[in-house]
This record gives sequence, structure tokens and C-alpha cells, in this order.
Amino acid sequence: MSVPLPVSHPSSTAAGSIPAVELIEITKAFPGVVANDHISLTAMPGEVLCLLGENGAGKSTLMSILSGLYQPDSGQIKVDGQAVRIDSPKSGRELGIGMVYQHLSLIPTMSVIENLMLGSNVGLILDEDAAHQRLHELSEMLGVHLDPNAIAGTLSLGQQQQIEIIKALWKGSRVLILDEPTTMLTPQGIEELQKVLRQVKGSGLAIIFITHKLHEAIAIGDRVAVLKLGRVVGHIERDVLTGETPHQLQQRIVGLMFGEQPVEQEADIAELREAASVARARRQMSDRPRLEVVDVVAEGAKGQYGIDGVSLAVRGGEILGVGGVDGNGQQALAQVIAGQQSLVRGDIRMGDASVVKLDVSERQRRGLRYVTDDRIGEGVVAPYAVSMNMVLKRIGQAPFWRRGAIDRTRINQTARELIDEFDIRTPHSETRIGALSGGNIQKTLLARELSFQPQVVVFNKPTHGLDVRTIAMVRGRIRELAEQGVAIVVISTDLDELVDLSDRVAVLFEGRIAGEVDVEPGAEVRIGELILGGAAA
Amino acid sequence: MTAPATTPDELGAAEPVSGRLSRWATSTALAVIPIGLAFLISAVILALLGVDPVAFFGDIVTAGITRESGRFDVITRMAPIMLIGCGMIFAFRASLWNLGIDGQFLLAAAFVAGLGPVVMANLPVPLGWVVLSLIAMVVGASWTLIPSLLKARYGTNEIVTSLMMSFIGVYLAVVLVSGPFDGPAAVPQTDAVPRDAMLMDIPGTSVHIGFLVALVVCFVTYLVFARTSFGTRVDVLGANPRAAIHLGINVPRLIVVTFFISGALAGLAASMDIQGIFGYMRADWNPAYGLAVVPLVFLARMNALALIPFAALFSLMSIGGQYAARRAHIPSDFVLLFVGVLLLCMVGTQYLNDKRARGEPLLPHSLRRAGRG
Repeated sequence: MSVPLPVSHPSSTAAGSIPAVELIEITKAFPGVVANDHISLTAMPGEVLCLLGENGAGKSTLMSILSGLYQPDSGQIKVDGQAVRIDSPKSGRELGIGMVYQHLSLIPTMSVIENLMLGSNVGLILDEDAAHQRLHELSEMLGVHLDPNAIAGTLSLGQQQQIEIIKALWKGSRVLILDEPTTMLTPQGIEELQKVLRQVKGSGLAIIFITHKLHEAIAIGDRVAVLKLGRVVGHIERDVLTGETPHQLQQRIVGLMFGEQPVEQEADIAELREAASVARARRQMSDRPRLEVVDVVAEGAKGQYGIDGVSLAVRGGEILGVGGVDGNGQQALAQVIAGQQSLVRGDIRMGDASVVKLDVSERQRRGLRYVTDDRIGEGVVAPYAVSMNMVLKRIGQAPFWRRGAIDRTRINQTARELIDEFDIRTPHSETRIGALSGGNIQKTLLARELSFQPQVVVFNKPTHGLDVRTIAMVRGRIRELAEQGVAIVVISTDLDELVDLSDRVAVLFEGRIAGEVDVEPGAEVRIGELILGGAAA
Repeated sequence: MTAPATTPDELGAAEPVSGRLSRWATSTALAVIPIGLAFLISAVILALLGVDPVAFFGDIVTAGITRESGRFDVITRMAPIMLIGCGMIFAFRASLWNLGIDGQFLLAAAFVAGLGPVVMANLPVPLGWVVLSLIAMVVGASWTLIPSLLKARYGTNEIVTSLMMSFIGVYLAVVLVSGPFDGPAAVPQTDAVPRDAMLMDIPGTSVHIGFLVALVVCFVTYLVFARTSFGTRVDVLGANPRAAIHLGINVPRLIVVTFFISGALAGLAASMDIQGIFGYMRADWNPAYGLAVVPLVFLARMNALALIPFAALFSLMSIGGQYAARRAHIPSDFVLLFVGVLLLCMVGTQYLNDKRARGEPLLPHSLRRAGRG
């Protein structure tokens, strides 16, 4: 790559009237579900189009079509006014469509420049000088500073995402698509990202920003398109976005997203914030802790902190929040409590008995539940039916297995009850769970973990990646459990959630408890300081 | 080797009848179409070799089906294939690649042949058969312990360790047969058990009762995966090992147990072959079933009942194929070529079916364009 490519195409900077990308009546159906139903959208150069919708609204399918992973059943795609066919991710890139996925795909042991050269696919001989030059250009354009020789895995998630953005722009793009880009980021990281996006926009590219967070769509979008059940249910144009107050916009969008009952839904959202304090006052806590973690030391997974001398105590009816930036020991803490990982030193007690020597299933039998954050990776067995997944923690136990033989009728009956109770949207109790959306997978996991007399429940990022409605439902369940006297640990990277749910928040920083804060007005600031700075702050 | 492509069929038992019917039709088509294709492609290859395919397949039918003795030989040969196949199903469904079958099989065979004359001289007939079979199963199973314990404790790749143990087992069997178990004959081979102490035949046939044992084992294996909690645990381990840990399954123990069953069934196969067909073992005897059975297990989609017809087809192709190949003056390895072609056709059909299920066009865009233009 001896001749540096232009950052964007001349045509897209020249005329603001030709859409960079235009989708016309795109339809894509999968067996049993129409994921995209005659969707039409336009993304103009120099502006941010926000796609807002619940999980399962069809955002990801649409992006997969744009990036060439799927073919639409019908409809047309135009790039710079020309009808095109995107039949592979490669042809998508060649047409100038750059994708940044929710989950980062850098190779953590390689340097920034190596990662970028790897993605650029230039041929047998790598031209490092040209790559350095291109990185320099793009860094200037984005206004970021990246050390080309830094090892990718040592950078913050925000910086890693910047590399992904540079990767997407590497060959000169017309459109930059970001799929839920803020899920992994800290508040500071999100601010940085917004700055970068302003730069990208300024240089004449179109940006499609996919999110399910309302306030993000309002803050970042120049225009907002609202998706629901595979259709575009409304647009909010630039003049409305700038003309109305955030509160008016919120009402308008909630109205679009939830159709007939905006008031009730708005109440849901309000409930996310206010129900907490009411519930907190009502709860009775046991005198003695039901779960105790005593001076535990455990190793961390690759690239993460373990835990180093962590002590915590949770009473029955109490919600203990565990905050901190991802990778500061949360994983090790959760797994050690669940029994999935052995500890180096320390003790874990439930009630009066130590459970350190007990295996995962014995701890489950004593009422310990772990709702994992890695729903697909370890929470479910993707090719199995929803019904089967609901009883997988009770393999061989009555009433689902009797004398070793499975009772499918019983499993299905229980599954159908739980599907109703937890409002799981699935075509059938026998549908493969891998075919459900993230929110419904999480509801299935909750149904599995919470339905059989839990005593102590550890939630690891319980609402991560879920839509507003499911978040409200999950948090409601957690509060309900606490009211029933269950001891609860909520591990979360979301400060709002911690303050919202917890009675007390302990903050993990580099594998240690940086501090504990009782949740009362103003606690956010103190917790935020602990999350960012550790004990010294 | 990738993870098994099984989506445990048994788990969907309660779905609507129409869905089950169409799935049944799909599974049948997925088995029949590739077999037809494989015959077609093999016929073309035969024709290219200058062999009349019709005569060749006719010879196979003559030697393996029409002739009564051939028919019995085909059924007899099915027994070890079915038993070994069931053993592999246990391991493979757990995503454990036990490729040490030949070592487990031959070592067990050496013990059965070596101890056979002594055991049968001292025990009444049916009890002697059972004792020898139990010995064979323990020997076969023990030979899996090193790979399985290493896998369970350290996550060591079981493909490498079981294959290495297989080499050791094969040669150890030779050493045993030409050393401690060597009989009075001039060539290194064990003493033979008397004809009347060998496994009895199914009345009216020359097929020994090992075939019935194999049928029972197939059925039990099927039930284990369709009905029992043990089968579910094995399937979960195979489908998602991390989920298995999260769900509280004792993964190390399950690894050792499934490996153990796998080796025990290889040992049982050896016991049936030695006690039913030969009565003794020569040091240079090695039917090398192991790698031939692996593709059959995949063809049967790790379903023990589906394994039976494939075992029959393979057995027919090897017994009849040997005769046909001799007559056509081509190497008898042609059978393996047929199995290879069959496997490729199977994979291709599966791929197209998956595409169909995802609602994608069957042909790549460029091909369709070429077809139109």
C-alpha cells in the first residue's frame, strides 16, 4: 500500500444530497421469524444515524446484511446512489462499509500495528512503513493517540475500540457501522468515543450507530430510526432532535418503541430509578450473614486480575453490589463462590458451614445459585431446547429424572410454566435456545436459577446487553428475591445499576476490595472514585 | 477433528407430530441420498479403472447376500463393528476422541486367547464365556486410563495420547502372544480352546451369538442417550464443556468413565471375535477395525441404532467387496475408497441441508449467475 488511500470518497464529501447508504424495502426471514420486514433507511454523509431498538428488534440482522454476512430475501441496497450486491464481508469492505462489532476482535498478544496489518490483508509481503503512515493519518483524523508498538491486550477497552475503528476505516470507508459500541466502555470511554465519532462525521463519512440505550441515541444521533419487531416504527429527524428537550424526546421514543402504552412503559423506566428506595426500606435483613467470603485469594483468568485477600459478608435479604471496571477480579470472585474455580487460600461460608470443599452441584443443593455473565459460553447449551436448558442444573434429580430415566412430559410442563412466569418469548418450549435473543436467554437462565428455592444468588452482570424492558424485569426479580430473604450479590460494571439495586456496594480494584460504601444519597460519587482510583482516592 | 455435529435428536421428543415427521423424512433423505451418490461415484471410478460396475456390484451381492455362507459372514462381521462403534459413540458424544481402539482391542484379544484354554478347561461353558468377556472388558478399559486421567487432570490432548497408547498396546499384544501366551504351534500363536467351548451359533445359522450381544449393546447405548441422566451429562460435556462445569457436572470423573466404557466395549468386541470365530490368536493378527469404524460412527450421527445399517453396509462391502475385487483384479482396498466417497457425500449433503435450513440459496451466487447467463 504505497499510495495512501483517501479517508473518504470524494463523491460523498461533494454532495450532501446523495445518501452514502440507502436500504430500500429490505426483508429477511428466518424459519419462524421475520427479522427484517420491509426496512427502508438512509444514511447521509456527515451524519450519525442511530438505530434504536430492543433486543430482537432486527438490528443485528440488518447489520449482517449490510456487512455481507446475510443476503436479504428481497429489497435493494444502494451505496452512493448505485445499486450494489454485498455477497460477502469482503465485498462489503470493498464497497467502503466498515464494521465495528460489539465484541472486540483484536489479537491481544500482538501490537497495535501488527493487528492493523493483519486486518488489512495486503498480500504476502507486509509493508510496515506504509502501515505506520496510514495509522498516523487515521489517528490524526480521529484525534486519538495510539502507540503503534503497544501490545493490544494491555490497552484499555476504549483504546482497543479505537483500533477497531481505525481497522474499519483502514481501506477508506464511506460508512462506519458500530454495533452497540458502548457496552464495554466506562463513562470516560464513552465520552472519548463520542469525540472520535464527531471527527469521523466531520470528515464526511456516514455513521450508523446501533444501540438500545435511549439516552445514547438522543445524545449521539443526528437522526434516529426506531426498530421494533423487524420494522421501522418511526424516525426522528434532525430538527426534532435539536428542538425538543431530552425528556420530550424520551417520551416520544418510548411511545414509538412500546406502541399503545407509552405511559405504562415510561413508568417502567421511571421505576428503574425510583422503585429501589421504596423496596429497600421494606426489606427485613437477617442478623447473621448468609454468605461470607473470608480473605480469599484466587488466580485470575488470562489477562485479568484474580482476587487477593477479598472478604465480604452478605445477610439474608440484603443486596450487596460489587462494582469495578471489568477484569478487576469479578470473574474469579464469582467463580470461586460458585465453586467453579478452586481458591489458593481463604474460606467461603454459607450460614455456619464452610463450603470450600464442596463441588458446584453440592453448593447448588444447599441453595447457592450463580447467574453467569457468559450466557452463551457457559450458561446454556445452545443446541438444546429451551425446556432442557431449564433443568440442566438438575440432571438426574426428581421430578425430572426418576430412577435415572428422563421424564420429558414433566420437563415440558415445568418449562411451559416457567416460560409464562418469566415472560420468555420463544415460539415453543422445544425451540433451540441458541435461536433466542439475548434477553430471552437471560430470562431462561433466571427461570432456571431462581425457581428452585435459592438461598444465596450471585448475579454476574445481570442486565448486561439487555433492553430497557428486560432490565426492568430482571431488576424487579432481584428485588423480589431480596424481599423473600435471599442473600444477593450483584456484580456489575454499571454504576447506575449498583446504586439502583444495592444496599451496600463493594468495589473491586486490581483484585482487592478498594472500599465499601452504604448506598445513600450521593454514594455514586464515592463509588465512582473507588472504581476509578482504588483505595487511595 | 471438530466437535461432533450431533444435535441430540432425543431432546426434541415433545415437538408437534408434523415437525417430527418432516425431521424423520429429512434424516432419512440425509442418509439415503449420499449412499446413492456414493454408489454412483464409485461406479464411475470403477468404469475408469476398466471394471464393469454392474458386474462388480453384482458380485458383491452374490458373495455377501445371495450365498447363505456369505450372508452369515456379513452378519458375523457386524458384531465387532457395532460393539466398537457403540464404544466410540460414548466417547465421541462427550467430544473425547478415543483413537486408541486398536490397542485396546488387540490387548483384550491377547488376554482372551491366552487365558481362554485355562478358563474354559475349568469353568462351565456359559460362565467361562462371561468371565473371559469381563477380563477382556477390564483389559480394554484399563488401556484408556492413561489418556483419560491425563485429559481429566491436565487437559492433555487425548487424540495424541490414546493413539500413542494404541501403538504400545498393539505391540504389547504381539509380545504377549509370542511370549507368555505362546502355544505349542510352530508359529507364534496361542493355544486354541476346543471347538465346543467356543461361543455357540444362533440356531440355524453359522453366526455366533456375539451378534446378539452387539444388538443388545446398540439398543442399550441408544437408551442411555435417549433416556438417562448419564447420557444427558455426556451430551452436555460434548456440546459445551464450560457449561458442564458451570452446571455442576463432575467433568474429570465423567471423562474417565466415558473413556472407560469406550475401551470396555472395544474389549468386548475382541472377546466376541476370538471366542466366536477363532478360538485362538496369532501374533500377526490385527483386523484394524478402529479407524474403519470412525467414519461409520459419524455416518450414523453418533446414534447407536442408526449404526446398525451402516455396520451392515460396511460389512457387506468388505466381505462381498473382497470377492468382487478379486474377480475384477483390483485391490480389495476399494471398500475403503467407497467408504471415503460415502463420507464426503454425507458431508456435502449435510452442508447443503444446513444451508437450506438457514434459508440460504443452495448454489453460490456466482454459480447461479453463470447458470442463468
